Amino acid sequence: MKRLATALTVLSVAGFGTTALAQDDVDPAIAAAMKARQAHMQLYAHNIGVLGGMARERIPYDADAAQAAASNIAALTTLNQSTYWPEGSDTSVEGSKALPAIWENLDDVMSKSEDLVMAAAAMEDAAGQGLGALQGAMGGLGGACGACHEDYRLSDD
Amino acid sequence: MWLARLKWGAALVVAGGAVGWWLTAPDLLPDDYLTAHSGDAAAGESVFIAAGCASCHTAPGAEYVEGPPVLAGGQRFETAFGTFIAPNISTDPDHGIGGWSDQQLVNAIQRGISPGGAHYYPAFPYTAYARATAQDMADLVAYMRTLPAEATPSRPHEVGFPFNIRRSLGGWKMLFADEDWVVTGDLDPRVERGRYLVEALGHCGECHTPRNALGGLDRGNWLTGAENPDGEGRIPGITPAELGWSAPDIAAYLESGFTPDFDTAGGSMVAVIENTSRLPEEDRAAIAAYLTALP
Repeated sequence: MKRLATALTVLSVAGFGTTALAQDDVDPAIAAAMKARQAHMQLYAHNIGVLGGMARERIPYDADAAQAAASNIAALTTLNQSTYWPEGSDTSVEGSKALPAIWENLDDVMSKSEDLVMAAAAMEDAAGQGLGALQGAMGGLGGACGACHEDYRLSDD
Repeated sequence: MWLARLKWGAALVVAGGAVGWWLTAPDLLPDDYLTAHSGDAAAGESVFIAAGCASCHTAPGAEYVEGPPVLAGGQRFETAFGTFIAPNISTDPDHGIGGWSDQQLVNAIQRGISPGGAHYYPAFPYTAYARATAQDMADLVAYMRTLPAEATPSRPHEVGFPFNIRRSLGGWKMLFADEDWVVTGDLDPRVERGRYLVEALGHCGECHTPRNALGGLDRGNWLTGAENPDGEGRIPGITPAELGWSAPDIAAYLESGFTPDFDTAGGSMVAVIENTSRLPEEDRAAIAAYLTALP
């Protein structure tokens, strides 16, 4: 029991340490929301990595794996993200690349996110149907991601 | 004595002014530049896409749609020198380029000179387009003539003194406009095609190469990345040392917008991908071959 408590303390201190390094003096609610949405983006990237790896022929095409990744992406696009994007979590906060324009154009953001749902659904239909079909759907998916990143994400590489 | 000196001084000022006036005069293309080239509109569409004309000259916020683009102008480009507003270049005879001759249009594109003889600001990348072939320009003009007319008036740039003295742009051109290729030497045909797409039509250096205090491109740091003129973020370098992507990854990025880590293009690069995704596959491969061959 004592050992568990110590382990938890060590873990929480370690966790706090990294958070403090990355986001000093940030409202914890905003920091948590940023973490959630960045993790959401990471889940997209991981699953798109499976599809893209096949599309670029870095890894062999596998219909089941492609289908699973595409279904994950489609499911992710339908999650309700309203609590991920609190006001004040824009680029004024260190670690945030979310431009203030998001909160000034919420209708446009929503319409672009609906386009993403459509593009992900098209990929879900295509991914298991052969390498050519998967490759054909990549551009549409990339375009839907990029449509939001064009106006609403800080460009900085 | 002092009167004689004053006279000489005045004479020098007048002579200096005259030399300056002569040096900053527009340098037009030869009158027979297009004579041997008849324009093909279908080929011109590819030139138009590779040159990215629609990215700046469609109306602000216009989403990419299938079909002929409406080049109404109106997008704003904020820079350290002021805000430039892309003009209407649709075929409207009053507000666009419908009343211009082919030669006038190509002088605008390759020399940065208006039909009235004024210098354009280099926010319009004529210094890159200057490297394009006369045949491509003839084709481009033929294609532009097929596009819809739109009667939106062009708006004046919001540029303050001294940058609002257009004549001074003649001096800018003398100092910084350089039609020579940046990458020279014996190139294989694919890299050479890539050079044409990157250095001439695609005008990639306009954003990806740093500029000096007067806005001239620093050719010694070609494509090594630059400040974002909008003020936020940074435009990445795309040399092998800066970027480190393989040629197939670059070509795939230009098609789908996905980076090798499957992040996506953002900012102004999204509009660029809309164009490069419509190029023939060989052209994307050529751009990748050129970029990976950079020093």
